[in-house]
Amino acid sequence: MSDATKSLFDRVWDLHTVRELPGGETQLFIGLHLIHEVTTPQAFEALREMGLRVRFPSRTFATVDHILPTDGARRPYADPLAEGMIAALERNVAEAGIEFFDQASGHQGIVHVIGPELGLTQPGMTIACGDSHTSTHGALGAVAFGIGTTQVRDVLATQCLSLTRPRVRRIEVTGRLGAGVYAKDVILAIIRRLGVKGGVGYAYEYAGPVIEAMGMEERLTVCNMSIEGGARCGYVNPDDTTFAWLRGRRYAPRGEDFERARAWWREIASGPGARYDDRVPIDASGLAPAVSFGINPGQNVGVDERLPRPEDAAPEDRASLEEALAYMGLDPGAPIAGTPIDVAFIGSCTNARLTDLREAARVARGGRVAPGVRALVVPGSQAVARDAEAEGLDAVFRAAGFDWRSAGCSMCLAMNPDRLVGREVCASSSNRNFKGRQGSPTGRTLLMSPAMVAAAALRGRVVDVRELL
Amino acid sequence: MRAGEASKGVERVAGRACVLRGDDVDTDRIIPARYLRIVSFEGLGEHAFADDREQAKGNHPLDDARFAGASLLVVGRNFGCGSSREHAPQALMRRGFRAFLGGSFAEIFAGNCTALGLPAATLEPRDLTALMDAVDLEPAREVVLDLAAMTVTSRAGTAPVRMPAGARQQLLAGTWNATAVLLEAGGAIEKTAARLPYL
Repeated sequence: MSDATKSLFDRVWDLHTVRELPGGETQLFIGLHLIHEVTTPQAFEALREMGLRVRFPSRTFATVDHILPTDGARRPYADPLAEGMIAALERNVAEAGIEFFDQASGHQGIVHVIGPELGLTQPGMTIACGDSHTSTHGALGAVAFGIGTTQVRDVLATQCLSLTRPRVRRIEVTGRLGAGVYAKDVILAIIRRLGVKGGVGYAYEYAGPVIEAMGMEERLTVCNMSIEGGARCGYVNPDDTTFAWLRGRRYAPRGEDFERARAWWREIASGPGARYDDRVPIDASGLAPAVSFGINPGQNVGVDERLPRPEDAAPEDRASLEEALAYMGLDPGAPIAGTPIDVAFIGSCTNARLTDLREAARVARGGRVAPGVRALVVPGSQAVARDAEAEGLDAVFRAAGFDWRSAGCSMCLAMNPDRLVGREVCASSSNRNFKGRQGSPTGRTLLMSPAMVAAAALRGRVVDVRELL
Repeated sequence: MRAGEASKGVERVAGRACVLRGDDVDTDRIIPARYLRIVSFEGLGEHAFADDREQAKGNHPLDDARFAGASLLVVGRNFGCGSSREHAPQALMRRGFRAFLGGSFAEIFAGNCTALGLPAATLEPRDLTALMDAVDLEPAREVVLDLAAMTVTSRAGTAPVRMPAGARQQLLAGTWNATAVLLEAGGAIEKTAARLPYL
């Protein structure tokens, strides 16, 4: 890795380049292809119609997450559509010889939780999955992006994608996070600052003291929401935190292989001489816990702030802001703290890992969910659930009046029975506050950290979690 | 389609247009997640913008009789943001749309459009406003997107449009079936795999 001006992104991209295509795109080899039930049945069908087979079944791994009920229901599921999708995936992976982490395996979970957890996700890899939150895997120093179903077909057939090379923006987060301020608050602040379309055409490299001080699970949260800022891909350079986290995981290299891999992982990280298309410094000192108030993740404020007024917004943002406040039923200029909630959801590929649950349990311990609030905790994977139960976190949540569920995507996008009803307001640790996102066409989502969700559940309204810690 | 089979190129999309104003229209709105519980894309067209249309009670552009039969959809900035679900352009395609004109498009959405042979072209803000107003004023008037000339012609006159060069070339040449193109690399794929330290 002699060229010191190259970033990790450049090195990984160049290494995986098969050839340049006539239109200027790159034919990029995909080192790891993760698949799930929702975006793949049509791709396997198209493959059959083209008379093709899965080219690298050993580099393809499957799980189920989006449509699973989380209330312990067993097959066949009550929803015939959900049952049909799982049956299709089972048939497809069996025919192609693809390893499948189903519920019986003990390793099932949200695809972006189990990839890193099993050590499948490693630094220097290219990773694709038919899901926009594939950017999550960048936390380990991989170049990972979400793709559509036709592109899933491309990867199944060729283990390659045709992609336009993005530019690279380094986002350097300085300062120190206060107590009660988490990775979720950092990424929401980044999206608020750069906008929901600011990252289109870019890969984001997250760096600086705040990112370096984060544990792996916090970095996963940051990279997860890159797509919410418009960036298809976001990553953190691998370091000792990464290596320590990977060691001993099921699919991570072992013994001397691990040492060899670690040497390579160190080499590919961006050095001080790396060149970027853009650099953005962000000072996280004094950052407050964030709460979204609108219908896209960029529409968020610190919990100690008041909601913006459309007349103060830039002219091009005014209409969006008015639409957002009207949909949410919130008053311009009002404080966000104190907003009543109906539902509290702790889960999703953004914030359903062990450390997320620990922080939420710290708040919930000894408390009681406010009357009239429906609260649920949905661990990101079966392994997260096991680890949390071993620590007694499930008991803490249950004692406080939370529902403790089984692993899946659940109320993040409500493809399963977990959903909002009518205009319910949900304090949610997920990633998207789009209109109707949580299953009710008029449902309302307030994005925040898991600890903030737990605090809102206890008080029945949006509250600064720092008051409870 | 069999591997290697070429499609006919898309040089021109002409027809009536439908105007859908507003920025950051996400794919959850284009096709709500509950309609994704299917193993094919068939029948998605009727669910396009299902919740928005329900709430608009007949006043949604997709239900506006003036825009009936439109084959071009004119949208704002960052259209198709959010989820990677190809169900979004699939639903719009199955509703009859053959091209998208807008301020900007989210990256995964734009890629999904190209994969389906649907152009997603952008206009300068002033030209976009003029196009939207022109279509609103006289919806029956034909709008023509010309990918060879990279222009859109409407009642408002002819304005330049932009598209990523690669996507444009694939559409013009009818080579948007990327699987066929990628397969042409042959053994170079395995050769690339062989030099990866982790495989």
